[in-house]
Amino acid sequence: MNISTPLNATRRGFLAGTGALVVSFAIPAVAQEGEVATPATPAPQNPDLPGSLAETPSLDAWIRIDANGKVTVFTGKVELGQGTKTALRQIAAEELEMDPASIELITADTGQTPNEGYTAGSQTIQNSGTAIRHASAEVREIMIRQASEKLGIPAEDLRAENGRIVASDGRTLGYGEIVADDLLHVDATGNVPLKSPDSYHAIGKPFARVDIPAKVTGGAAFVQDLRPEGMLHARLVRPPTYTARLVEIDEDAITSMPGVVTLVRDGDFLAVIAEQEFQAITAMRAAYATAKWDEKENLPDQNDIPAFLESAVSETGSVASVGAESVSGARTLQAQFTRPYQMHGSIGPSAAIALFENDAMTVWTHTQGVYPDRDALAEMLDLPPEKVRCIHVEGSGCYGHNGADDAAADAALIAKWLPGKPIRVQWTREQEHLWEPYGAGMLTRVSATLDDSGKIVDWRYDLWSNSHSTRPGSAGSLMAARLMGRHFQLEPAKLQISPSGNGDRNAIPLYDIPNQRVNWHFVPDMPVRVSALRGLGAYCNIFSLESFMDELAEAAETDPVEFRLRHMTDPRARTVIETAAEKFGWSDDPLPQGRGRGFAFAQYKNHAAYLAIALEAAVDRETGIVKISHVACAVDCGEAVAPDAIINQTEGGIIQSMSWTLYEAVQFDRTRIQSPDWSAYPIARFSAIPDSIEVAVVDNPGTPYLGVAEAAQGPTGAAIGNAFRHATGKRIHDLPFTRERVKTVLGV
Amino acid sequence: MKLTVNGTAHEVDADPSTPLLYVLRNDLGLNGAKFGCGLGQCGACTVMVDGKAVFSCLTPVMLLEDREIKTVEGLGTIDNPGPMQTAFIEEQAAQCGYCIPGMMMRAQSILEANPDATDDELRHGLEPNLCRCGTHMRILRAVSKARTLMKSASAAPAVERA
Repeated sequence: MNISTPLNATRRGFLAGTGALVVSFAIPAVAQEGEVATPATPAPQNPDLPGSLAETPSLDAWIRIDANGKVTVFTGKVELGQGTKTALRQIAAEELEMDPASIELITADTGQTPNEGYTAGSQTIQNSGTAIRHASAEVREIMIRQASEKLGIPAEDLRAENGRIVASDGRTLGYGEIVADDLLHVDATGNVPLKSPDSYHAIGKPFARVDIPAKVTGGAAFVQDLRPEGMLHARLVRPPTYTARLVEIDEDAITSMPGVVTLVRDGDFLAVIAEQEFQAITAMRAAYATAKWDEKENLPDQNDIPAFLESAVSETGSVASVGAESVSGARTLQAQFTRPYQMHGSIGPSAAIALFENDAMTVWTHTQGVYPDRDALAEMLDLPPEKVRCIHVEGSGCYGHNGADDAAADAALIAKWLPGKPIRVQWTREQEHLWEPYGAGMLTRVSATLDDSGKIVDWRYDLWSNSHSTRPGSAGSLMAARLMGRHFQLEPAKLQISPSGNGDRNAIPLYDIPNQRVNWHFVPDMPVRVSALRGLGAYCNIFSLESFMDELAEAAETDPVEFRLRHMTDPRARTVIETAAEKFGWSDDPLPQGRGRGFAFAQYKNHAAYLAIALEAAVDRETGIVKISHVACAVDCGEAVAPDAIINQTEGGIIQSMSWTLYEAVQFDRTRIQSPDWSAYPIARFSAIPDSIEVAVVDNPGTPYLGVAEAAQGPTGAAIGNAFRHATGKRIHDLPFTRERVKTVLGV
Repeated sequence: MKLTVNGTAHEVDADPSTPLLYVLRNDLGLNGAKFGCGLGQCGACTVMVDGKAVFSCLTPVMLLEDREIKTVEGLGTIDNPGPMQTAFIEEQAAQCGYCIPGMMMRAQSILEANPDATDDELRHGLEPNLCRCGTHMRILRAVSKARTLMKSASAAPAVERA
């Protein structure tokens, strides 16, 4: 098996597509055109083009048609369980006038697809979907123009239908009969009109997810399911702490165990490789039992995260500064909120397969960013980027930067020691829990002033946080690179204030408040490893803002929904707030003792999906258990491409955020993380799941796509806090709402 | 040693202490049972042994000779899915899908033991299985639908079932 030089997605000479998982080991052994290294985030070539066409304008980077009329669509984004593989087919099929099921889709592969950076931030449909939509429309128009020449019929008398161009006189030409060399090797113009919503046959229609049948029948659906010929099983032996140094290990005792091929040691990076998986596990356990490490106390006090954050600020960035510096009013309120470190907690621990052959590395990985990961791996391996190919294969749901990139690095580092052998790395549960980068701990303080009429006239918000992204791009992001003898270092974190936000995501209230000061007190040191977790700072910021909005509503003696509407002029925001309240049956009718209603709203990133949520919770004083009984939610993400996928993502976001809010905090002492498994880091189980969750999709056909998959995280947490307050008269300011904390707050 | 999986006898050459999960996946090439924790905490590896749901990550193969092992592959195929599989497809009850085969096998064991299990009994029975994507509402709907589909499948004449 040869690895070919990855080809330049914008200048391909031929179709190299092999999409199906079962054949993905058959990499074409053909010399292909080389390319220069692509940066982690590609620079726009034509910023005026829509979506990711700005970075990759050539139509044949996105769409290829073979002589039989088979259409293959390429995306740099990946399936994470959001339904990407289905929704992007719907989008392409719409403009190409085809059946979505007849379209082949190739997802992120540095050997085949455009570089679209990471699949993150709810941007797949917004960026890749928009690019594919426009590219498909342009290809359709090219087909019509070509058919017009071939048939001698004016273009306006031709139409696309079912993958063919149909003439008014009944003659037809299939796309495969029209397509010729390099026909689609042209840059998009951005000038071709898109179809109007009243003629849609695919967008917004209920198509079954293409990936589900294999997943429920035992098909090879995940990277964990790949078993190439000659594969060896690797297991890692991680240090007890991030910075521990390996003092000694009895290598002979390990390598003499049954089936063990070798033990790889590079600095503090240690792995056992065996013929069979359980032999690797047995050898790993023996190595864990005998390896000696030198570890240091260097973690903060988990019971006083605010003290650590306040003591470690390097600089303060202004996120917003609007209106007058100081405003007086009738009444000023203030509050402080905290969020602990929280896990992605993927159900399937990270895994990867790597093969080093003919001086080139191929890695099958569930990374969210094949191109940035490739660059980081190349740096770590001391290989030119064009000698590293990263092919995305689905893993278990990740919700951000989990162990995926690290597992890819582990496999690649080991594979370089054992050329010609496919190396399968499978993390253990304990490794996933202890080594994934967590969602960052945060501290927020808010104060606001109400005038005599109960309107907010002044708003101050301060947040303390690390950066929420330490994703690859450079080798120092990869754990293997940090542990290996060369000891790559994480690049120093920098404060960056951007429209999408990071730790400051959703720190600016969307409400109409004339005077606002919002600051991010930036903490560069990361003694606890952190990176992107679904929503970044938005979860804690919206929890803080929307909890505080209820406090203000109470001070203004106004219903919380009415209070929000009083401060909201954006009509789409008002619609989702009103829709959620109506679906829930929002009222001030009394509830039985111990039950409460909670409401919250946010527009994710202040420019993506609008989401409002109402829920009812029951609080049991004796046990401290908070149980959500029913939930109603309204979401507007622009034109709804795949409504059922939007509902699925939103239901999932609500349940996941409920779990974060009620249960989740990474435990650690001053030396070690102490949450190695699900018993030490419990998450929601079926007994905690609400009786009902209703999600109403407010569709806006013809309007731009607004990212939606992370929109529920913040509002759900705040709505639970507000329901708790309504049920008990008390507010919990510190996440999560553990049973102990509930009982303490209630004085039980 | 001899293992009977989905009605077929297999001769496998594995250390008797090897957990069933690794034999199913690596020796028999069955992808359905997933590695999740190796600790019996998440249920991703759930299969049925003599009708009961077990954690295959914890069960050594030495205990399984002469036992009937069933995995999600034994419920039907992609072209001819069984009632439990049909229910999950029809309800679109998956996000990433990694936990789903374990959910299906646990639900199957509950419904084979008690075809009339109530929604509450099904929800309670699924407690050992974790889903991180938050697909629980759909999983519950799919399992309820499977209860109905399993009854009509078992009521159908044998020739139609074949």
